[in-house]
Amino acid sequence: MRRLRIEFNKRGKVRFVSHRDVVRIWERTLRRAGVRVAYSEGFSPRPRLSFGFALPTGYESDAEYLDVRLEPDGLHGPNDISALPMLLSQQLPVGMAVSEVAVIDPSAPSLQQAVTSCTWRIEVACVNAETVVAAVQRTLSVGELIVTRTRKGEQITEDIRPLLRSLEVDATVAMPSSDGSNRVCVPMIAELGTQPRAVRVPELMAALDPSVCEHHVHRTHQWINTDNGLRADPMPLSATAEAK
Amino acid sequence: MTTCADADPASVWSQLEPLLPRVQKPARYIGCEDGAVSPERHNKQINWLLTYPDTYEIGLPNQGLQILYEILNERLDASAERSYAPWTDLEVLLRREGLPLFSVDTHRKAGDFDVIAFNLSAELTYTNLLNCINLAGVAVRSNQRRDADPLIGVGGHCTYNPEPIADFVDFVVLGDGEEVVGEITELLFDWKAAGKNSGTRSGLLRCMSQIAGVYVPSMYEVAYNGPHIAEITPRYSDVPEIIEKRTVADLAEWPYPKRQLVPLTEVVHDRLSVEVFRGCTRGCRFCQAGMITRPVRERPAEQVRAMISEGLDRTGYDEVALTSLSTADFSGIEQVIADTITDNDRISVALPSLRVDAFTVGMAAQIQRARRTGLTFAPEAGTWRMRQVVNKLISDEDLYGAVESAYSQGWRRMKLYFLTGLPTETDDDTLGIARLARNCVEIGRTYRRSPSVTVSVGGFVPKPFTPFQWFGQNTAAELKRKIQLLRNDLRRAPGVRVKWHDPAATLVEGIASRGDRRLAPVIEYVWKHSGTFQEWSECFNHDLWIEAMEVNGCDVDWYVHRHRKPEETLPWAHLSAGLHKDFLWQDWRDALDELGLEDCRWTPCYDCGACTGYSIEHRVASATPPAGGSQGTGVDLYGAVPVNLQSRPQVRVGL
Repeated sequence: MRRLRIEFNKRGKVRFVSHRDVVRIWERTLRRAGVRVAYSEGFSPRPRLSFGFALPTGYESDAEYLDVRLEPDGLHGPNDISALPMLLSQQLPVGMAVSEVAVIDPSAPSLQQAVTSCTWRIEVACVNAETVVAAVQRTLSVGELIVTRTRKGEQITEDIRPLLRSLEVDATVAMPSSDGSNRVCVPMIAELGTQPRAVRVPELMAALDPSVCEHHVHRTHQWINTDNGLRADPMPLSATAEAK
Repeated sequence: MTTCADADPASVWSQLEPLLPRVQKPARYIGCEDGAVSPERHNKQINWLLTYPDTYEIGLPNQGLQILYEILNERLDASAERSYAPWTDLEVLLRREGLPLFSVDTHRKAGDFDVIAFNLSAELTYTNLLNCINLAGVAVRSNQRRDADPLIGVGGHCTYNPEPIADFVDFVVLGDGEEVVGEITELLFDWKAAGKNSGTRSGLLRCMSQIAGVYVPSMYEVAYNGPHIAEITPRYSDVPEIIEKRTVADLAEWPYPKRQLVPLTEVVHDRLSVEVFRGCTRGCRFCQAGMITRPVRERPAEQVRAMISEGLDRTGYDEVALTSLSTADFSGIEQVIADTITDNDRISVALPSLRVDAFTVGMAAQIQRARRTGLTFAPEAGTWRMRQVVNKLISDEDLYGAVESAYSQGWRRMKLYFLTGLPTETDDDTLGIARLARNCVEIGRTYRRSPSVTVSVGGFVPKPFTPFQWFGQNTAAELKRKIQLLRNDLRRAPGVRVKWHDPAATLVEGIASRGDRRLAPVIEYVWKHSGTFQEWSECFNHDLWIEAMEVNGCDVDWYVHRHRKPEETLPWAHLSAGLHKDFLWQDWRDALDELGLEDCRWTPCYDCGACTGYSIEHRVASATPPAGGSQGTGVDLYGAVPVNLQSRPQVRVGL
């Protein structure tokens, strides 16, 4: 059974569409594009799509992925694959587009298992850029970063410092905030681990400084750590990359 | 052309955008649906804002609104955009930021449109109507509007008695809107071109009242005699005394929606819909939709097939609903279904209104191969006697045959829909619901270990233009007693679940259903005290309605529970759905005598008025009723139950 991995983005108004709705959009998009998706067995068969870590509603992204299992006659030769990004993008809503499609090993680990971290560009709204710079330096200098969250009705505390792979802030490009307040917006780049669980951007923000808040968040990458200590994005170096 | 560009300087998107991360389900405010248009504008054209006064999820699938959206956007002299009631969380933010109601297409301010036209499908949305008008920045009372304000129009089934909201709307459209929206546009065109000059609004409305199917409440005077209406008279000689509904004679000429909107977020009925016919002559006496949409107008089977296949290809949906008031009655139904599912075995066909017989279930088994949900049947009443009263002529055997067929073909759960509080209903009739449910479970046991039947009970609200329009609605206490009776009886019935509609909500629907213009301050009171989204159980506020009635001197008993006399001038006496009052009154007397009435699609005409009055007729491809069951034709195909049928003498009202 052939398995495709699709890389797509989500920008503009459609960022307000929830992950659950994105799943439904993909089901319709693949049907419209004539891609024959395999269905699960059972009483209520579902198309066999599997997504990576859900993008929170309201965030933009250049690095969304989904895996699609195809019916035996789902697609034909390699030419079909190279035409897919254009074909699918035409059927997606404005603001969503496919950047790459590749055939992957049907037995490869799922996106949820394989992805080890995500890079986020976070526009931080704050009173002044120095506050953010100070908060970032403080955070990076301490050995632990304790967050409290509720899980199954119980308060648990946890150190997310090991999952904070990197954190950078560029105070030189502070912009007036567009929310009408007299605050400024400072871009911050954070790489947050996803295993054993994905750290969420609001958790990082809360741990940084209660006075700063996320204003506009954009996922720029999802990463898979490889055995040799390197990392790569989830697309194999083949398929449409070559076709281009 | 899609709509996600924000070049329009009239758009409020840049102010709205920062609010959206703070509200639930923000996707309902972004538009961007497949099928949405970004209308070409020139400053002369008439801009319509088609608004559904409930949430996006409820309003978006509304086919009437989508049909008018396309028809108006195809015109060179008009444009149409859409709006829906913002949920309470966004409303608070909009009011705080001083932002108005907006269109989801280009996020323009509602107040910038020439017409704001609402679809009214349920009485409990009336307070949302006021809220949307107010959020648009327009005075809620029509007599306080300025010349340049948008015209506020309403259409939809509730407008067959628009009197409770008469003071809030400028015009009302009765019946099918396909043709009349164009006629209204043409009239407004000249008025707008001349600059909407001061003092011209009432003259415009007077001209509008002369368009067939358009009712302008301000052109009529209502005189009272004590609590009763003495008469309803036009203020001017050129204003018609009776406003007749509009009826599209041939659905084939209106293959809309051609590009059904595909929302990005989940909505109710999230699937392709193809309307296979309009109107119904089964003659169920409680059913307003069946009475006001006569005659039956079938879409040609060939067109249905084309709309299905093009619609599925374009939208990517895997489900198509064939809509009508009783889809199994469509002449070409079997062939249409066979053609649809041979094309693609992953496609499901939904028949939202399943007839109660084994034949129909066989069809359902064929069409739900891909995804099988529960089956819903609507016997409506628990005993044959009661079903003769309401003219839903299905026998117990029809139901058992349908249920047996469903269990034998693999269904596990079934839902049975009933009304309680029907005219002449006795406790035996109510308990008949329990007997039917128990027997259905019993039938299921021969096929499955633990079959399940859900009994859903709604309180009956008498509606205008039905034979039951004279009937005094049961009190909420009586409805509660009947529901309790049923629950007690079914307490120890394994496999039967009982669900019911809140009798308090039924009461409030009853107030508005047959109310008159004196209810305007009541609706305004409820709206002003934050009584919006009354369709939603978490928002519904019974006590507020009762308080509003008391404060404004309106008697609930008088409006809701009182039997009307035949000589009484009903609040909708100046409106017409074509039905002769004689016919309705005779049908009411027949109901009380437990006499059924045949379906006139397949039997000689009894002249209800819906065809003869407008020189139109049924458009059906088959002159014979479909096979199976007793079919509500009055012909008892099982021979188990004698059906009393009346050949109808002419009887005058009041005799």
